[in-house]
Amino acid sequence: MTASGVPAPRPATRWTILGAVGIVFAIPIVAMVEFTLRRGLEGGYDLSRWVTVLTGDLGPAYRPLGTAIGNSVALALATVAVVLVLLVPTMILVQLKLPALRRPLEFVCLLPISIPAIVLVVGLAPVYGVIARIAGSGVWTLAFAYGIVVLPFAYRAVQSNLDALDLATLTEAARSLGASWPVVIVRVLLPNLRRGLLAAAFISVAVVLGEFTIASLLNRQNLQTALVVVQKDDPFIAVIVALLALLFAFVLLLVIGRIGRGRTRRTP
Amino acid sequence: MTVDPRRPSRRGSRRRAGSSRAAAWGTAPFALYVALFLALPTAIAIGTGFVDGEGAPTLDNVAALADPYVLSGFSTSLWLSALTAVVGAVIGALVAYALIGTDPNGALRASIDSASGVLAQFGGVMLAFAFVATIGIQGLVTVLLRDLVGVDIFADGVWLYEAPGLVLPYVYFQVPLMIITFLPALEALKPQWAEATATLGGTARDFWWRVGIPVLAPSFLGSLLLLFANAFSSFATAAALTSQGQSIVPLQIRAALTSETVLGRENLAGALALGMIVVMAAVMGLYALLQRRASRWQR
Repeated sequence: MTASGVPAPRPATRWTILGAVGIVFAIPIVAMVEFTLRRGLEGGYDLSRWVTVLTGDLGPAYRPLGTAIGNSVALALATVAVVLVLLVPTMILVQLKLPALRRPLEFVCLLPISIPAIVLVVGLAPVYGVIARIAGSGVWTLAFAYGIVVLPFAYRAVQSNLDALDLATLTEAARSLGASWPVVIVRVLLPNLRRGLLAAAFISVAVVLGEFTIASLLNRQNLQTALVVVQKDDPFIAVIVALLALLFAFVLLLVIGRIGRGRTRRTP
Repeated sequence: MTVDPRRPSRRGSRRRAGSSRAAAWGTAPFALYVALFLALPTAIAIGTGFVDGEGAPTLDNVAALADPYVLSGFSTSLWLSALTAVVGAVIGALVAYALIGTDPNGALRASIDSASGVLAQFGGVMLAFAFVATIGIQGLVTVLLRDLVGVDIFADGVWLYEAPGLVLPYVYFQVPLMIITFLPALEALKPQWAEATATLGGTARDFWWRVGIPVLAPSFLGSLLLLFANAFSSFATAAALTSQGQSIVPLQIRAALTSETVLGRENLAGALALGMIVVMAAVMGLYALLQRRASRWQR
C-alpha cells in the first residue's frame, strides 16, 4: 500500500511514462546546450563562449544586456516591495478584522489570471503615458504593473500560510499579554508568516525575471527584451544567458518548494 | 480584556464598529493601487475599442472584429489553444498519474515541481530559443533527422516561424502547467475510497474507472480550460519566434499597437483586446463552475 492509499501505478508503468516524457522534454534543453558549444563553420565543439560569458568578458557591444539584467533585478526588488507594502498588510487586515472582504479580495487577486498581459498592456500604455509625465520614464515604474502580474501567485503563497495559522488567537494572546500593535506585527505576525512571505517574494522574482510582454510593448528594457535583441546579433550568447536564467529560476523554485515543504511537515 | 491606556474605554459594540471602519480604511491603499493598475487599464483596453482616433464614440473598431484578418487571427488562436490544451492536459495528467505513490517530499517530486514551475511560468522567450535550437533550420533534431534518417522536416517550407511552429513550444509549457494544476486534485483522492473499493472486491482498474476518473473529471476539465486560457493569452514565445507574423490575436494586438493603423483603423488594439476578454471571461466563467463542482469531492 502506498502512502496516499490510492492505487499507485506499477513501477514499470511509472518509469516508462516519466522516462518518455522526461527524455522528450530534455531534448530542447540539450539542443540549446549543444548549440552554444558549436564551433562555427569548421565544426566540432568547445567551451569558449561559456568562458566568455562566465568571465564577463563580453565587450561593449553587450553592455545593453548588462543594463537590462540590472533593470530586471531592480524591477524584481521593486515588485517584491509592492507586494510586501501593499498586498500583505491588506491581506492581514482582511484576515483579522474584515472577514466579509475575504472573498472579494480573493476575487480581485486572482483576476489577473483572466486578463492576459497583452490586453492589460493596451490599457497600460496610456496610464504609463501619464506616469512618464509625473515620475519620468524610469524603468522602476514598471514595478506597479508587475505587482498586478504577480498578484495571483503572491496571494496564493501568502494565503496558504494565513490559512494554516489561527491569526486571531495569536494576536489576541499577544495583545492580552500587553503587546502593542507594532510589537504584534513584528514579533508575532511576521515570524509566523515568514514562509508565506518568502515564497511570495521568490515567486514574484521568478515571474518578473521572465516577464516579456509588458516591457516589450511599453518599450522598456529588461532581461527578456534584451535577449530578443541580442539573439539577432549573437544567438549563442543569448542562448547561454537564457540557459543561465532558466537555471536560476529553477533553483529559486526549488528553494520555494523547500520552504513550502517545511511548513507541511510542521503541521501534520 | 486589556484596557488600552491611549483610548478611553467605550461600550464594546461602538468600539468594534469604529475599529472595523478604521480597518476598512486600511485597505484603501491596496484598493487604490488595484483601481489604478488593474481596473483602469482593463477599462481603457476595452473602452478604446469603442472610440475613434479623435475620441468620438464609434462601433467601427468593434465591427472590424468581423474582418477576415481578425477572424483568421481568432480562429488560429482558438485552434492553437485548444489543440495544445488537449495534448498538454493528456500528457500532463499521465505524468501526474505516474507520480502517485512517490514521496511528496522526495527529490524526484521537488525537481519535477520546480522544473514544471520554470517551464510553465518562466518559459516565454527562452522557449523560442530552445525550439530554434531544436527544430530550427540548423537545429539539433532537424540536422540529425536530415543526416541520419534522411527526413527533411522543412521539405514543404519552413513552418517553425508560423502558427504550426507554435504547437510544439506551446505543448512544452502546457504539460508542466497541467502537472502543477492537476497533481493536487489527484492527491486529494481519499484513500478511504480506494479501501472501500477494495473491500467490495474491486480491483485498481475498477477504482479508476468507477471512482477515480468520475471524481477527477471536473478537475481535469477545469485544468484543461486553464491550459486553454494560458495558451490563448500567451504572447512572449510567439513574439520571440516571429518578429513580423500576425497569425494569432496577441501578435495582431502587437501590430496594432506598434504600427498605429491596421486595417485603416486607429484603435483596433482595443477591439482585439475586447475580443480576447470576451473569450477569457467565457473560459474562466466555465472554469469557476467546474471548480465548484470539483471542490465537492475535496472537502
